[in-house]
Amino acid sequence: MGAQKKGATARVSEDSEVVAHHPLQAILLADSFTTKFRPITLERPRVLLPLVNIPMIDYTLAWLESAGVEEVFVFCCAHSKQVIGYLGSSEWSSKPDFSVTTIEANDSISAGDALRLIYERQVIDGDFVLISGDTVSNMSLTQALEEHKERRKRDANAIMTMVVQQSKPSPITQQSRLGTDELFMAINPDTKQLLYYEDKAEYSKGFISLDKTLIADNPSIILHNDKQDCYIDICSEEVLSLFTDNFDYQHLRRHFVKGLLVDDIMGYKIFTHEIHSSYAARIDNFRSYDTISKDIIQRWTYPFVPDILCGSSAIKLERQGIYRASDVTLSRSAQVGSFTVIGQGTTIGNNTKISHSVIGEGCSIGSNVTIEGSYIWNDVTIEDGCKLSHAIVCDGVTMKLGAVLEPGVVLSFKVVVGEQFVVPAYSMVSLIQQPTQQDSDEELEYADNSSGIVEVPSDKLNGEISSDLSNTQYGPTPELGTGGVGYIWSIFEGGHDEEWRHSVAPIPTDKLAKIMLDKDEDEELLTQGGNALVEELKSDSEDDDNEGSRDDYASFEKEVEATFLRAVHENVKVDHAVLEMNGLRLSYNIAAVDCAAAIFYSMMKLAVESSHSSASELHRNAVEVITTWQKLLKSFLHDIDEEIEVILKFEEICLESAKEFSPLFPQILHLLYDKEILQEDAILRWADEKEGADESDKVFLKRSEKFIQWLREAEEEEED
Amino acid sequence: MDFQVVVLAGGNSKNLAPLVSKDVPKPLLPVANRPVLYYVLHQLGQSNLKDLIVVVEGEDAALLVGSWISKTFVDGLHVEIAAVPEDIGTAGALRAISRHLTAKDILVVSGDLVSDVPPGAVAATHRRHDAAVTTMLCSVPVSGSLESGSSGGKDKTRKPGQYNIIGLDPCKQFLLHIATGAEIEKDSRLQKHILHAVGQMEIRSDLMDAHMYAFKRSVLQEVLDQKDTFQSLKQDVVPYLVRSQLKSEALLNEISQAEENGNEKLSSLNNQVLVSQILANASTPGFHEIYSMELDGSAQTRKTHKCCAYIASSSSYCVRLNSIQAFMDINRDVTGEGDHLFSDTSSDRDNIIGPSPKLGTKTTVGPHCMLGEGSEMGDKCQVKRSVIGRHCRIGSHVKIVNSVVMNHVTIDDGCIIQGSVICSNVQLQERVVLKDCLVGAGFVVTMGNEYKGETLARKEK
Repeated sequence: MGAQKKGATARVSEDSEVVAHHPLQAILLADSFTTKFRPITLERPRVLLPLVNIPMIDYTLAWLESAGVEEVFVFCCAHSKQVIGYLGSSEWSSKPDFSVTTIEANDSISAGDALRLIYERQVIDGDFVLISGDTVSNMSLTQALEEHKERRKRDANAIMTMVVQQSKPSPITQQSRLGTDELFMAINPDTKQLLYYEDKAEYSKGFISLDKTLIADNPSIILHNDKQDCYIDICSEEVLSLFTDNFDYQHLRRHFVKGLLVDDIMGYKIFTHEIHSSYAARIDNFRSYDTISKDIIQRWTYPFVPDILCGSSAIKLERQGIYRASDVTLSRSAQVGSFTVIGQGTTIGNNTKISHSVIGEGCSIGSNVTIEGSYIWNDVTIEDGCKLSHAIVCDGVTMKLGAVLEPGVVLSFKVVVGEQFVVPAYSMVSLIQQPTQQDSDEELEYADNSSGIVEVPSDKLNGEISSDLSNTQYGPTPELGTGGVGYIWSIFEGGHDEEWRHSVAPIPTDKLAKIMLDKDEDEELLTQGGNALVEELKSDSEDDDNEGSRDDYASFEKEVEATFLRAVHENVKVDHAVLEMNGLRLSYNIAAVDCAAAIFYSMMKLAVESSHSSASELHRNAVEVITTWQKLLKSFLHDIDEEIEVILKFEEICLESAKEFSPLFPQILHLLYDKEILQEDAILRWADEKEGADESDKVFLKRSEKFIQWLREAEEEEED
Repeated sequence: MDFQVVVLAGGNSKNLAPLVSKDVPKPLLPVANRPVLYYVLHQLGQSNLKDLIVVVEGEDAALLVGSWISKTFVDGLHVEIAAVPEDIGTAGALRAISRHLTAKDILVVSGDLVSDVPPGAVAATHRRHDAAVTTMLCSVPVSGSLESGSSGGKDKTRKPGQYNIIGLDPCKQFLLHIATGAEIEKDSRLQKHILHAVGQMEIRSDLMDAHMYAFKRSVLQEVLDQKDTFQSLKQDVVPYLVRSQLKSEALLNEISQAEENGNEKLSSLNNQVLVSQILANASTPGFHEIYSMELDGSAQTRKTHKCCAYIASSSSYCVRLNSIQAFMDINRDVTGEGDHLFSDTSSDRDNIIGPSPKLGTKTTVGPHCMLGEGSEMGDKCQVKRSVIGRHCRIGSHVKIVNSVVMNHVTIDDGCIIQGSVICSNVQLQERVVLKDCLVGAGFVVTMGNEYKGETLARKEK
């Protein structure tokens, strides 16, 4: 680290004026709260994974130190012991002007939880840098900090500055070179205020809708599709308290940023700072792991490059971007190609060819092996004649004679690949069995991996697996050929045709051609859709207006239904369901009344779809559903108009989607009244409104005449 | 230049009642004592665009306009007058005269545009990019700001209808999105695939579509043929072309093949494509080229067309006469700071007074005023920031401020006129006081009446 120190101290002194009064603090999240690096992250946290033979967190910490940060709070959650252990034994614990404090929590499931916890600890007292422990950067914070402070002085609501960078996504796959999804941002070019943020874009939606008030307020807005979020944020203290106030914020971008932009909470504003010549990127998936490794090897991240970061362990940069440690045993006939890193103590056999790869420490690679574009970590044994292309091979893996890894394969810790076995492309192989309950649902992405549940086996692993191996308790798993050990994870539904997107392997050309064709067709549809829209606009401009909201509403209704069914099947508490529905409602910007109608619709649909043979059974189903979920429905019915809407919706259901209900209309109406979901005023007003309608429209009114009669009488009696 | 100009002069605009009437169709509405159409024709003549078709709504109006043009522009301009039925919209009007269009490119200008932006520059931009359509954009006029106070209130109500949402590429050359009128009322939808191709789009709401378009004739005619529901250039045709700019095969390919002279045209089209590609390769290729070349090697290449924008510099003057307020503004501006529009008066004084004015004693005519030929004024009159037409007779002690008085108006002694428009042949009897009024042609205001903010007009038929 000697060489790097010089650079670092020079920069610190440069920045010292800024931080003179106040030590600059940073929060480093040592947990990504995602599952993108599974199965590797089942056994080791993402921040400790080696990136060009150095744990990722070292890059982040080294940058923070050089950028003038003096106090770092490392938030550890998943595998917290490993992170704390690593930091304790590393040099970071003993730096004079740079304190690294760990904060441990095992029950956090999201960045939001982490920030709430940090807020409770009250350790942050001023502006801070919020960063994830898997970020590589060499940008100088000075300017961004100054801008942030300057803005804060003028406008106390400017609470966050987000660092962005130019990066145009591929026109074909619509993903950036880091493998992240395309991002749409709207920025005011003069103030740099962020006005709109959309990642996770729904591709099916061929357009972006900008709120009209945005346009009215900002005479000029630049809409960017060519920027990348560096996930480096300069925040003011308010950010933490905002997370505490809005306890449902989980994701930094999807909830917090969107929440501030859409809901306009207290007028808080987010600004952007664009970096041009320096480097900043976050390792979010296997593809960015690949991309950023290459960037590091090609020294874009200088001074954070292997030969400087490793300091004493003397890794030397040779010609053609080859980094070689001092004690590598390299056969004369072995060919090491350009942009390759070979770690200490590694031996490489005869006629082996290696290019564009990173090889860790203590590996032994046999003869006639071909390695291309792969990442091989420490203590890996590769026997003669193996072929690896674009694979990640974790610590302690053994590849037996002639085994082959096709592009995109990930071998987790200590996997053994049997002789001559060919691991198919994009396989994930681990000693740990795939968790049976798979949630491809991204909402659960963060609720899942990091929580203690998964960690239990992994803690045991290091100790036990080896003994397990000798016991051959796992046995020669047929999955990986003779003598192979490990499970090939099946790729869960939905992800199947997407695996190439985030893989280390480059996207195959036939795939590209296919996407391109698909996309063309899609666009055709979209443009045609656009035309149809206009035609409609011509005939009746109001109609078109409805069109848009109708689309939205339809998809909203679907979402509500799905959410509701999940709530039913997973026995979610009513309160939680209410929260979830509310979230949905806000994200679709739907009025409470429509939301109530949609919920009611899903309830009735559930009742119909549950098995029933007669009308009375159906009635019973309905009673059951309504009784269980009355609170959910009730919480979206605030006034009479909304209740009337539900009755109208019910009519519609009876007429269209579930005719079985039509004979039961009065009973269910009565039920809703009994359960105090509908007030009598609502029912009576509905009846009054219907009075003037067409005969055909009055079917249900007639059916429930008795009930209404009864209500009226009851009312009169009351009045008497 | 192989450019044909279509001037959409309009006809009996309802917005402008009672100023516009049977006798005075909109194109002949006087602005600083000249029909508004004069300003457009003059600018076109200056840019050497002399092959014109003036489209007027209604036969009668067409006759009036025709006779005026033949009187005024005896030489220089080659003008054809075409009459179209009323209320067929701008696209409809073009459709009606479609067969008269022969040149390679067509410049379509609204007849009510008062502007000093040279149409030639728009045409040149169009040619330079080999665009399918080029739109002239100008800053939203800040009306009333020249004169704080008096008309400020009205502007605010007018503005929402005026502003457009316009998406531009980073070099501000290409038009990526345009939304006008009703579409603005809801949230804007911006198409992603265009954004994908360009990377970033600047969305401006401080620009106005000035209704001066250059079209490639083949494209224009195809769109008009195909989309027979399109009524308005501004709201249908241009947005359609902008929307489909990266997906234009439906337009350019099939149709031109279907046309009888397809072969010839296709080859010439191909030639142009080649030339434009060579030109484009010389510099960095634009996103249209990149996008269309992406598919190289595979099945087909994408057809694109370019939609360009010509953004007038913020110092230039550009207002459309489409409301009464605009009428007032333009009159004031043309005599005031936009007086270079009024090109042929060499007078360098602040006010413009016709050749034979008869002013009484102690009558003052302030700056930014215009007094038409043959008008007479009595003693002790005051005129400020107003335009007075030809052959008006104005008595003594008359005060005219911020107003427009057209021709042959009689104003008797002691009248006070503020912020009003007095049309031709009106008679104001003694001591009439008008404030913010519109007085239609031939109306007589009887002695001593006071009106405020009213519209006075004869009942028409």
